[in-house]
Amino acid sequence: MSEAALKEKPQHAGFLKNNLREYGMMISLFAIMIFFEVVTDGTLLRPLNLTNLVLQNSYIVIMALGMLLVIVTGHIDLSVGSVAGFVGAVAAVLMVKFNVHYIPATLICLVLGGAIGAAQGYWVAYFKIPSFIVTLAGMLVFKGLALAILAGQSVGPFPPTFQKLSSGFIPEMVPDAGALYPTSLAIGAVLALAMVWLNFRGRARQEAHHIETEPYGFFLGKNLLLFSVILYFAYLIASHRGLPNVLVIMVALIALYAFLTTRTTIGRQIYAVGGNEKAAKLSGIKTERLTFLTFVNMGVLAALAGLVFAARLNTATPKAGLGFELDVIAACFIGGASAYGGVGKVGGAVIGALIMGVMNNGMSILGIGIDYQQVIKGLVLLGAVCLDVYNQRRA
Amino acid sequence: MNALLEMQGISKNFTGVKALSDVRFTVRPGEIHALVGENGAGKSTLMKVLSGVYPHGSYDGAIVFDGEERRFRDITDSEAVGIIIIHQELALIPLMSIAENIFIANPPGRFGIIDRGTVQRRTRELLAKVGLDESPDTLVTNIGVGKQQLVEIAKALSKKVRLLILDEPTASLSEKDSAALLDLLLEFKAQGIASILISHKLNEVSKVADRITVLRDGRTVDTMDCHDGAVEEDRIIAKMVDRDLEHRYPKREPKSPGTGSGEPIFKVSNWSAYHPQHADRQVIKNLDFEVRRGEIVGIAGLMGAGRTEFAMSIFGRAWGQKISGRAEIEGREADLSTVRRAIDAGLAYVTEDRKHLGLLLAEDIRKNVTLANLPAIAPARVIDDVEELRVAADYRARMRIRCHSVFQETGKLSGGNQQKVVLSKWLFTDPKVLILDEPTRGIDVGAKYEIYCIINELADAGKGVVVISSEMPELIGICDRICVMNEGSFVGEFAGGEATQEKIMRAIMRKGETRPKELLA
Repeated sequence: MSEAALKEKPQHAGFLKNNLREYGMMISLFAIMIFFEVVTDGTLLRPLNLTNLVLQNSYIVIMALGMLLVIVTGHIDLSVGSVAGFVGAVAAVLMVKFNVHYIPATLICLVLGGAIGAAQGYWVAYFKIPSFIVTLAGMLVFKGLALAILAGQSVGPFPPTFQKLSSGFIPEMVPDAGALYPTSLAIGAVLALAMVWLNFRGRARQEAHHIETEPYGFFLGKNLLLFSVILYFAYLIASHRGLPNVLVIMVALIALYAFLTTRTTIGRQIYAVGGNEKAAKLSGIKTERLTFLTFVNMGVLAALAGLVFAARLNTATPKAGLGFELDVIAACFIGGASAYGGVGKVGGAVIGALIMGVMNNGMSILGIGIDYQQVIKGLVLLGAVCLDVYNQRRA
Repeated sequence: MNALLEMQGISKNFTGVKALSDVRFTVRPGEIHALVGENGAGKSTLMKVLSGVYPHGSYDGAIVFDGEERRFRDITDSEAVGIIIIHQELALIPLMSIAENIFIANPPGRFGIIDRGTVQRRTRELLAKVGLDESPDTLVTNIGVGKQQLVEIAKALSKKVRLLILDEPTASLSEKDSAALLDLLLEFKAQGIASILISHKLNEVSKVADRITVLRDGRTVDTMDCHDGAVEEDRIIAKMVDRDLEHRYPKREPKSPGTGSGEPIFKVSNWSAYHPQHADRQVIKNLDFEVRRGEIVGIAGLMGAGRTEFAMSIFGRAWGQKISGRAEIEGREADLSTVRRAIDAGLAYVTEDRKHLGLLLAEDIRKNVTLANLPAIAPARVIDDVEELRVAADYRARMRIRCHSVFQETGKLSGGNQQKVVLSKWLFTDPKVLILDEPTRGIDVGAKYEIYCIINELADAGKGVVVISSEMPELIGICDRICVMNEGSFVGEFAGGEATQEKIMRAIMRKGETRPKELLA
């Protein structure tokens, strides 16, 4: 018994060391949040502000999910901002000028995004044209097209039902509940429980098969923290107006992409393409098709983000989407993705996007000008990547 | 005579593999010193230590050059004292001119502005020295390999050379170009420049060398002085090999009685393929080839004979264009048009370059093992991680992969263990026919033996095994039958028992009109 215990210990130490990087990101996010919570005298985590924070960053998170896959295959997509803007413009023209019902209009827009992704991915995957060039061209083309179909004007407002995509909240089931929204709180509690349950089930499976696990105390603490944090945020959200619709979409997408990247064959193959394209190809993986599909996927998500953004502003402007690609790409790299491909996690990209979002929001509350906000964000991006490279070299 | 260079007790380890141990090596001023040994004996490693590619501190032992101990941090340090190395793979930039290539590192000029006149004049001088009649403005891509080799030497001469190291300089040269190059070495010798010549071609070595040092398994075996009477090639070879073939290879008793009676499991006929860039160059010339159940067939040949190209053109057309021919597996025509289809048809190809073409180096053993057959562990495309782990652990045990756990990154394993991971990956696809391209390249002797045992087991299990190897003793030691390839055609075939290195080399050379005397014994 004691012998077994002796053997266990160094394993745990090794586990913590190996996974410090992942926890490190989470810790950085918390540190940044606590920092801004303190210096803004508690404004950051006020229910209203927190809800706004979610709404403001939803489209970045949505696009980061697609960008992560593109970056993992070893490519980049510079066109996502323009594509989002263009799709928002198309949505506005369809719904406002041609009075198309919002459901078919939304579907048309998503398909259009996929088609744009396919058009770009085709050159990258099958013609081996560097993605940097193809999507730089796409960036110019779709920025121009957005301007053209809006004729340089803002078009709006959208039908109220479509606005709900961004500014709506889930319906409250309990009537006359007062200041708190019980349905949202309950959903938060269920989510928290589900995550903890998944963690415990995963650990049980790992132990059953003698896989290295983290120390039990650490594991318990981690889950307790996770549970309380989710519950606390659910409480904060519930005390404003409940869960925003877009947050529901976002969480569902995050869960879907986390599952896709870690548990499915297609996810595994995407990482293989980025890790060593030639070896992947010689292992029977259709590398071109996968690359193509990641761009199609990126196009659809950019379109969705464009719709969310347009719905939020309640108008499509020629300037919509400007510079989004930078925030999205930065989110992925802050989140630990490698510019050489093959490395990166969904969780990392989401945390990266949240770090950027919290910093934007916090600095705006503090009244820091847009000029220095950019300087600070740039330095954070460089710092995060340098730290990552440094850690990897040491390992 | 004082030595120009003395390498004392050099030892070097790569993760788990001893590449050099206690090597002693000296070069006298103005001599041509040949360094010979089998593939993987440590010649290139020793030269990388000498030139600072492996910096001081990454090896044990001392380097004394010109009477002083040297601690090179990188290649610029060694070049500064006059040690210039010309690698086997030429380091020229194809789309730059000869002159630009020669003066790439420090072009003559002032304030960073290149003095074109001086570049032209000095390039002409250097080209005259090496006997190359080309304009300095010719692009390197437009001249042949032999001339490129001369440009490399001219580049070396543009620096202050005291010791020139040539790693297999004549490997890809024609007879005539090789002779010219060796004459050049003799000329340098007359000017007092010492050379280290690494070569497999013992006839060349005995023609020009003053002394010959033999390396074997990372140790110095002997240094022979050619002036004490001629050194016979047989003697060199005996020192290079020295292991009796009996114990280097596991005993092989083909299950099918005799080699002629097993049914063909894999057959290609009239197979041809063209170069991917040069559509009019036929590299694989209408080959017929077959493997029987339970048989190990070797394909011998020199570098560039077309062996890898043949294998890869079969394996899902992974190499070449305009590929034609008929392939049969177990008597039925097989569709090998894509890699996926080739795998599904029961073919597996273990590449010669496991780092670049075989492994995901940043991923763990587990993910590498299952990569080529994910459906087997992923019902409905969702990976069953427990099953995946079981598969990986199973192969780890069966192949005796030495690692902490199956979660270890493959990039951190030794060459032999990496190769076992690649083999596991292909065995997991349950192939009928395996093509192994240089399966023991860069692997230490112990691991080689294990790989041979695995190959044997595969054949005994009724698979067809094709082994492509540049090491002739290896083919002779493990194969039931050896086909010899040269310039994209099969030029000879021997039963395993009757093949010798000499017979194989003779088959290769018959076309090149070289006299048998110049072959390996």
